[in-house]
Amino acid sequence: MFAYLVKRVFQAIAVMFVISLIAFAIQGNLGDPLRELVGQSVSEEVRQQLRDELGLNDSFMTQYLRFAGNALQGDLGTSYFFKEPALDVIMKKLPATLELVLGATIIIIGLSIPLGVYTAIKPDSILSRIIMGLSIIGISVPVFLTAILMIFVFSVNYGWFPSFGRGDVVHVWGYWETNFATADGWMHIILPSIALASIMLPLFVRLIRAEMMEVLQSEYVKYAVAKGIRPWRIYFVHALKNTLLPVITVGGVQIGTMVAYTILTETVFQWPGMGFMFLEAVNRVDTPLIVAYLIVVGFIFVVTNTIVDLIYGLVNPTVNLARMGA
Amino acid sequence: MTKFVRSLTAAAVVATMASAAFAENTVRVAYDADPVSLDPHEQLSGGTLQLSHMVFDPLVRWTQDLQFEARLAESWEQIDDTTMRFKLKSGVKFHSGNMLTAKDVDWTFDRLKQSDDFKGIFAQFTDVEVIDDMTFDLKTSEPYPLVLHTATYIFPMDSAFYTGETDDGKDKAEIVKHGDSFASRNVSGTGPYTISEREQGVKVVFNRFADYWDTDSKGNVDTIVLTPIKEDPTRVAALLSGDVDFIAPVPPTDLQRVADAEGVDLITMAGTRIITFQMNQDRVEAFKDARVRQAIDYAVNNAGIVDRIMRGFGTVGAQASPAGYLGHDPALTPRFDVEKAKALMAEAGYADGFSITMMAPNNRYVNDDKIAQAVASMLAQINIKVDLQTMPKAQYWPAFDERAADMMMIGWHADTEDSANFHQFLSACPDEATGNGQYNSGAYCNEEADALMIATNTETDQAKRGEMLKKLEGILYEEAAFIPLHWQNLAWGSKAGMNTGEIVNALNFPYFGDLVVE
Repeated sequence: MFAYLVKRVFQAIAVMFVISLIAFAIQGNLGDPLRELVGQSVSEEVRQQLRDELGLNDSFMTQYLRFAGNALQGDLGTSYFFKEPALDVIMKKLPATLELVLGATIIIIGLSIPLGVYTAIKPDSILSRIIMGLSIIGISVPVFLTAILMIFVFSVNYGWFPSFGRGDVVHVWGYWETNFATADGWMHIILPSIALASIMLPLFVRLIRAEMMEVLQSEYVKYAVAKGIRPWRIYFVHALKNTLLPVITVGGVQIGTMVAYTILTETVFQWPGMGFMFLEAVNRVDTPLIVAYLIVVGFIFVVTNTIVDLIYGLVNPTVNLARMGA
Repeated sequence: MTKFVRSLTAAAVVATMASAAFAENTVRVAYDADPVSLDPHEQLSGGTLQLSHMVFDPLVRWTQDLQFEARLAESWEQIDDTTMRFKLKSGVKFHSGNMLTAKDVDWTFDRLKQSDDFKGIFAQFTDVEVIDDMTFDLKTSEPYPLVLHTATYIFPMDSAFYTGETDDGKDKAEIVKHGDSFASRNVSGTGPYTISEREQGVKVVFNRFADYWDTDSKGNVDTIVLTPIKEDPTRVAALLSGDVDFIAPVPPTDLQRVADAEGVDLITMAGTRIITFQMNQDRVEAFKDARVRQAIDYAVNNAGIVDRIMRGFGTVGAQASPAGYLGHDPALTPRFDVEKAKALMAEAGYADGFSITMMAPNNRYVNDDKIAQAVASMLAQINIKVDLQTMPKAQYWPAFDERAADMMMIGWHADTEDSANFHQFLSACPDEATGNGQYNSGAYCNEEADALMIATNTETDQAKRGEMLKKLEGILYEEAAFIPLHWQNLAWGSKAGMNTGEIVNALNFPYFGDLVVE
């Protein structure tokens, strides 16, 4: 277990290094940050002077080494737009994103398990067919379209939900302000969470259904049925437990992907999280912030994958982490 | 720990203020972006000026029909060729409680001269001389016709407030473009609003300044909450669902929807930003021939573009200066005649046409990429094959600086609100020393036109100057120096019962201080 963790940490460092190098390499192609920093009639001479001050005229290696040196000391650069350390900016935006991801995760877990199990048990019922049909639509329609559609239906037409932003948030600790403490906050997070969940929910319903159907064919389920155990106990205790193994693996990876999908959801709902911040940073060529974001998201991926592996080991005793570490 | 307590207290204060404020008149405004900084001299952009008009006041400002209106300057007179004497309004208080004097204007002027972004506009100005507390002279190196135009950019800052050192030993007055500075986070102006809360990219809360000098203003809004909403459909939805009261811009695709919606007003106005294409003579030999350039102008149906692509949300142009500008010549009308264009091409010896490359941004101007596609297909009619590439503005501008394509799109708004500015940046002979033609990717160069522009810079007789500027536009039109398409319109959406139509203007600085809510 310990050897596994050590190995994982080294892998993580290598991954972070590669991400930083890639992030740094693409920034040269993102455009000229000066454009967003100065007015239209500023002369070329002044622009060059500013470029010098920002160190943009140095060679790639010089810039990268300077960045890497600072990064090792925890300094990922200063955002041109926010005028604050990039890491601070991201940390301020992170809670909003995590709450949104949490909201979506709750919806996904709360709905996908019952729906997946139901469609597996009664594959031919009309309800199952409707669920499966809807899931195809859910997978096919892009998140931003779902989001805009929901805004127009539920905010503009019916006026049930607010159309943008986080609403009343309550300060909890540090940079963390929560949506879950006020009614207004709850109202604001519902539509974005559904939008974000809309792409993953169908995937999980289908995954759970497929796994469940396979498990239901297995010998031990047949044996349990023969033994006369009540159906719900077979489905939810014996079968579901074994269904969840692959679901956890996929889920872990998908939580990382969901952080990426927040870019679209947050942009449409003007949700002040880091996905929206990232898209804006790209538009503004705020390169320090872009690089810092990629590194932070890379870090989130590495951490969630490691945790998933650990959980996997706990759920499935046949997976031997110690051997994986060797 | 102390920081935690402080933020808690701040949160409590804000919460009380917010709840108190909602009992009064609150207007929730959504723009596509929020101001970059609270420092009015950090970046010359629409956002900065919109903010300046809320928190500061200029010496003079533009009215809806592009005339000057006295603000902090009570009166002004030309006392000699290079000196304009201004008298300040008395009893004007800054948010800090300090009184406005001529010294503040002098201090602000010196700071403007240090700002990378603003010093260009003030290049002709040499000094502000304080005569007494309420009087000062604004001096130029040569007779200069745009003294009042430029005075719209002087928003006196509270010199006492911005003088001294911060706790960590930095000069409070310093202008920092890409870092933290006192002025980018703290503000004291004379304007109708103070800022009580600001979270970059999330919201800015403005409160009516109790001691505001302009007691004649009917403005009755106590609190303005400005939220940036980047996405067009979301911004429109926020207005239609009543989550916000005022939005700008309204995207062309939603104009009809906003106009038809109940309880919501749509206000549109012709803007001053001209959208053009430039033809690079250094890259394409044929573009050196004025007949080829004219042929392109004849081939491009700019009225059609405004009608179909802009859905009427633009004013068809044939010159750079919009109506209301001194150099605008109503006699110059859009040219569109495909047969004539073909004839001109044949005459120039290019009946069989040629191939060119074209570049345009896809997120800078309204419908920029669609306009470029339309122009490309219109040029195909006169046998010019266009290889079009559109890209986000972040990538476009470096390409533009490299003059990377044969035809490139550029839109321009004259910072000085004056015709000569268009020529200076877009069509004057490129010259690195003077900075002229900085955005002239066509490399068009006409010395007669440049001489006219230089002459207008010192001509203070407005009637004469107008004639010169019209002549300049005439030359550019005759020679088809560039392809003018249209001036983008401006559009605001607001809840019914507000006098939005009276506070907006072609410059897109809504004067929120005068906003009245019924």
